[in-house]
Amino acid sequence: MAEIPKSWNVPSPDDLVKDADHSPASMGLQKGWMSTPVQIKKGMHCHAALPKRFKALGMPNPRDWSVMDEDWKLPKNWKEIVLDGMKERLGKFRSFQLFMDICVRCGACADKCHYFIGSGDPRNMPVLRAELLRSIYRKNFTLAGKVLGPVAGARDLTYDVLKELWYYLYQCSECRRCSVYCPYGIDTAEITMMGRELTNLLGLNIDWIAGPIDFCYRTGNHMGIQPHAFKEMIDFFVDEIEDYTGVRVEPSFNRKGAEILFVTPSGDVFGDPGTYTAMGYLILFHQLGLDVTWSTYASEGGNFGLFTSNEVMKRLNSKMYAEAKRLGVKWILGGECGHMWRVINQYMGTMNLDIAKGSKMEEPVSPITGTKFENAISTKMVHICEFTADLIKNNKLKLDPSRNDHLKVTFHDSCNPARGMGFFEEPRYVIKNVCNHFYDMPESTIREHTYCCGGGSGLNAGEDMELRMRGGMPRANAVKFVHEKYGVNKLACICAIDRAVLPNLMEYYVPEVDVTGVHEMVANAMVLDGEKEKTVDLRGEPIPGKEDNE
Amino acid sequence: MNAVLSLILSGGAISILVAIPFLAVWVLPHVFGIHLEWLFGIVIPYLAAIIFFVGMIYRVMKWAKSPVPFRIPTTCSQQKSLPWIKYDYVDKIDNPATKLGVWGRMILEVLFFRSLFRNTRLQYGDGQSIKYTSSKWLWLAAMGFHYCFLVILIRHLRFFTEPMPFFVKIIENIDGFFQFFLPVVYQSGLLIGAALTYLLLRRILIPQVRYISLPADYFPLFLILTIAGTGILMRYVLKADVVSIKELTMGLVTFSPMIPEGISVLFYIHLFLVSVLFAYFPFSKLVHMGGVFLSPTRNLSNNSRIVRHINPWNPKVKLHTYEEYEDDFREKMIAAGLPVEKKVAPTEQKE
Repeated sequence: MAEIPKSWNVPSPDDLVKDADHSPASMGLQKGWMSTPVQIKKGMHCHAALPKRFKALGMPNPRDWSVMDEDWKLPKNWKEIVLDGMKERLGKFRSFQLFMDICVRCGACADKCHYFIGSGDPRNMPVLRAELLRSIYRKNFTLAGKVLGPVAGARDLTYDVLKELWYYLYQCSECRRCSVYCPYGIDTAEITMMGRELTNLLGLNIDWIAGPIDFCYRTGNHMGIQPHAFKEMIDFFVDEIEDYTGVRVEPSFNRKGAEILFVTPSGDVFGDPGTYTAMGYLILFHQLGLDVTWSTYASEGGNFGLFTSNEVMKRLNSKMYAEAKRLGVKWILGGECGHMWRVINQYMGTMNLDIAKGSKMEEPVSPITGTKFENAISTKMVHICEFTADLIKNNKLKLDPSRNDHLKVTFHDSCNPARGMGFFEEPRYVIKNVCNHFYDMPESTIREHTYCCGGGSGLNAGEDMELRMRGGMPRANAVKFVHEKYGVNKLACICAIDRAVLPNLMEYYVPEVDVTGVHEMVANAMVLDGEKEKTVDLRGEPIPGKEDNE
Repeated sequence: MNAVLSLILSGGAISILVAIPFLAVWVLPHVFGIHLEWLFGIVIPYLAAIIFFVGMIYRVMKWAKSPVPFRIPTTCSQQKSLPWIKYDYVDKIDNPATKLGVWGRMILEVLFFRSLFRNTRLQYGDGQSIKYTSSKWLWLAAMGFHYCFLVILIRHLRFFTEPMPFFVKIIENIDGFFQFFLPVVYQSGLLIGAALTYLLLRRILIPQVRYISLPADYFPLFLILTIAGTGILMRYVLKADVVSIKELTMGLVTFSPMIPEGISVLFYIHLFLVSVLFAYFPFSKLVHMGGVFLSPTRNLSNNSRIVRHINPWNPKVKLHTYEEYEDDFREKMIAAGLPVEKKVAPTEQKE
């Protein structure tokens, strides 16, 4: 067992989840949840947003505050702001109005939440998380709640209630797993999104979200990488690729007249192991001779606005179409990212297609195979796994999967492409063509039943390691299962947050398993024109059986 | 609010609701000679029906008035993708790309509780050892309850129609298929009792479900159990005067209400509780009956990359344009060899 870093502040894996009692005395007969006060625990929440994050986007109530402080420095009329905000959203989102009214508390969702499984905290049952907000709704917007109060499940919005609500809104990763099992399709992600919009009216965002949205608005990406630095990082990859493969790739930036604009989460450019996936994209584009450009302005595929409010999401997303129009590209190719693809599939066209009016964009067609991507005819953005699957199907890639023979791979379906898109077969098809050993995890933990990595929806910070390790437990549990059964040593995923979160999770629970993006494996299996004899992979690690025989 | 208090409150409410018609229709006439049958046999049922219809229409209108800004189906199967990627009938229903698929999904959801059927149960072992088992009991009890309720509702049409429509007779025959008693015992009565008992017991016995339960969860269970109970009593034990009852019910539906002689107090209790159920319906969680049809995670197709979904209130927001971005970073961009729209004068560029 590897050492667990001290800064994580978590006990050993077995000790951590031991206290997760799922039917404790606290759920007994004497005390209901409304009369059980909440203790905000260190390690189970993220830090408060710094005031400097508020300026560029013009978010309300910038100030220094801390979650552990008694006083959160709210505006005097905070209650009015929340209730007015609720009223407005009830009238703007049918989902919100309906989900406030129709829950029967059957409890089918109760044991479906990874945070409940890993923590045993009853308020992490999706139904109860929603009831935190529903109780306020009943008190202020329904006759029964006004008249009967707690008997009708209604309660006043007090300072403590607000804190409780906040704590649990930022303990939900908006993964939508519960909504799969709900007989009425009640989606806790939708309720959390509404709740988070309300917290943002009071300036109660977390810094791990407020930072990225501020950066993204100003510099074009969550990491705050400025244009020259963005180019430098990719240039660094170019050198690395040449070292390992002998091939020099030539990416272009902000190039007008390119056929395709490529947008991927900046995490792939910034942090391992995403960087190897970014190198994979570069190699793929080069080998195909694809007329593609990167953009430093639209240098972020991800969108932490999704975790803030629909307006911020729209503001950040707008640069994709704006840049596509400015550069005159025909369509956009999107990299491997989870919530980015929920935004593209379910929000982007609705929010921002107007921006693309008058541009040169048209129905996406693969210049290599001639395939029309008919399922993207309106949004004009194609997932790189769709693109690559089509290449492989049409024999346009020279692949040597034996270069990945030392890998025993399983695939983690990221929540958003799974339940906000239905993206199951494309990545599996690609993986099975570039690796000879693939093993799926148990049925109840993959595809639409997939579990969150534990750090989705902006919760992948460093200060909430306990929350992440607890929430990631069911996912790690399934990885451990295939590791023990089949010797799986690689966990593939198509999400930048996963690539940031899962390595920690694996280190903690299944240290023998390493995390990779799909296109890292694609590039490792690709036979390139003019390549030197490959002895190392994109990480510079020797490929077993292909080592230098010196 | 806690479980004990919730049970006491809901149980107490039901006792009061039973006592009201009992006192009014049995005690008052016998002790004081006051007759209130007209109130419980005519006025309250009419009022309840009005509250039910007006209330439900109001509810549904309120939901419908709130727009659906985004297309947010929960996709529970493979998306429609490249033509050679498997997209079979299960995918077409669980991740529909067309209206037809959505119809399929909604029919399965409304008639067969598709999502509930997916239910699995997590078994927590020690620490990290967790296991999943199939869990269909809740689904079975829910199906049992709802279909029995429907059958019973249809059977009751015999009291509101003359002549009786053919399907009422068919339902009665099916329901009384196992003729092991006289009068014919309807299975629906027994099954609904069993299903409701299961739903009640799981609420009390499963700690998580008990913890989330409100009086508003116990009350409808008690109410419907009592309604079923009084119905069964009338049919099999205390033998109500069916002919008089039908005179009353026919009077109600033909809008020529009258109170026949010889109707037992048990019937008034039954009728009063049914009236309460109808009046309570639009203000309670029971509105899920209408709500399920409008749920945006179920009734929309996953085709928003193919056809643009329109948000009626798509907000105007301030964007950070490329021009502003270039203004912020122009010199650094030029120095890095990145193309720019506006060149700065070479003298300014050099430091």
